[in-house]
Amino acid sequence: MSLLVVRGLMASYGTTPALFGVDLSLNEGEVVALMGRNGMGKSTTVKAICRMIGSTGTLTMDQHDLHQLPSHKVARLGIGLVPEGRRCFRDLTVTENLMASTRRGPWDIARVANLFPRLAERKGQVAASLSGGEQQMLAIGRALVTNPRLLILDEATEGLAPIVRQEIWSAISQIRDETGMAILLIDKTLRELAKVADRAVILARGQTVWSGDMADLTPDITHAHVGVHQDQNG
Amino acid sequence: MIAERYINAVVLLGLLVVPSYALMVDEPFTITLATRAVVLALAAVGLNIALGTGGLVSLGHAVFFGLGGYAMGILAFHAQTYAPLSLGIFEIGGTKSMPIIWLVAIVVSALAALAIGLLSLRTSGVYFIMITLAFGQMFYYFAISWSAYGGEDGLSIYLRNDFPGLNTLQPMPFFGLCLALLCLALILHWRLLLSPFGLALNAARQAPQRVETVGLNPMRLRLVAFVISGAVTGLAGALFADLNRFVSPTMFSWQLSGELIVLIIIGGVGRLFGPVLGAILFVVLEHWLGAVTDFWHVWLGVILLLIVLFARGGLLGLLTGKEGPHV
Repeated sequence: MSLLVVRGLMASYGTTPALFGVDLSLNEGEVVALMGRNGMGKSTTVKAICRMIGSTGTLTMDQHDLHQLPSHKVARLGIGLVPEGRRCFRDLTVTENLMASTRRGPWDIARVANLFPRLAERKGQVAASLSGGEQQMLAIGRALVTNPRLLILDEATEGLAPIVRQEIWSAISQIRDETGMAILLIDKTLRELAKVADRAVILARGQTVWSGDMADLTPDITHAHVGVHQDQNG
Repeated sequence: MIAERYINAVVLLGLLVVPSYALMVDEPFTITLATRAVVLALAAVGLNIALGTGGLVSLGHAVFFGLGGYAMGILAFHAQTYAPLSLGIFEIGGTKSMPIIWLVAIVVSALAALAIGLLSLRTSGVYFIMITLAFGQMFYYFAISWSAYGGEDGLSIYLRNDFPGLNTLQPMPFFGLCLALLCLALILHWRLLLSPFGLALNAARQAPQRVETVGLNPMRLRLVAFVISGAVTGLAGALFADLNRFVSPTMFSWQLSGELIVLIIIGGVGRLFGPVLGAILFVVLEHWLGAVTDFWHVWLGVILLLIVLFARGGLLGLLTGKEGPHV
């Protein structure tokens, strides 16, 4: 039984269409990589799933029609988003960012501190004063303490130093291994995606052009649809 | 620069020392002035919860101040005329008991804030300001035309209401009551700021859409804050009416809503003691400058201008060297 089902998803920004039929599904505990070149609709798909922009087509989570729900109720259904560009609550401290977001479940502030010891050292600091990597860890922590069933990471390692990227990737692996949480990953580093993801969905021009097991993703396919990004191995 | 908590302690100490000194040297009017400052501070603490923490620029908070005032006025009026208050099929007597009056003021203001909030919080920015202003004017003109309770002339209450065990006719016990309620409201705001609700409200002010992605409904957060805010301002209204033993439609006026915002800006928006410092300065200026010139508001305007231009964190921001939260 699929946890998240997206079928024929269409969306537009004002009068400019952005998605022309995205199909993807995600099972409980599965890690899926959402890939594609820049501007092909990956982030738009995530925004549509989280109901931050309007869309049409099939969009269900656990058989609930997400189109009937406002953004905050989608989050309450169990979709935790780590948005592109981190977007922490800048004037709140690390602890306060987490406190404001916490909902009952296995993930609490202490567990996030365990996952990111670097963040624990900065717990009294306001988010705006953190480094990019620390803000990213906080954004992930903030999504985790909402105790989602599906975690969506939108470009979680973009623009970070290689050593920080490694920390984030190992945290993602840890989350997958320890909790069995379903994860939808948008990233451009193919080598890392291949290590953690079970399946991949590739978008081009706002549509799903390929989906299948990560193992079946041949260099030809990635070359055609993901392009130069396969070489960026961070 | 001085840590904010020391300034807060000095302000609180000043509020204890000045009236006590006035009592010793037999200057009851100074105690009345201090009471006025404390009551205005309480009203502004209420508004500060919505404005400073929630980022809701309400230009209609006089509605709650007026409702609190009229709750006191109407209950005390029926008590002093021995005419029961008719509520459709029910008839209840008036009361001179402060705790009951306070409770009624809080409940009525909270319900009004709930209704006004449900309608106005769908909008934001200048539209929110205009809708709250419009509600304020509605209540103002309703009070003017409500001849049963004095209409434009307002209602006079002969004697201050009672509080068990205290002689509220004396200025000092009444001042003590008002100060105690102000301290309770400050503790409420302080606890709120540290609670997950307060943090989420703070976050919703900074980034509403991001708050939604963690499953919080910004509209509900703001509504709860608006209701708490209205209830506190309503309680201040009841005290203000008791201080003057008089209620009139001016308690609903938009100038009063504006003054409450000015108090907060002068003291420091979103800071716990911002409204308290602002209210003290306001009353001092009103009294001292008001004695020198009828146009003391001009000087208040100059101070406001200087603060908005050069000290965005208000007086507290200036003294602590830290800007307040961005609203």
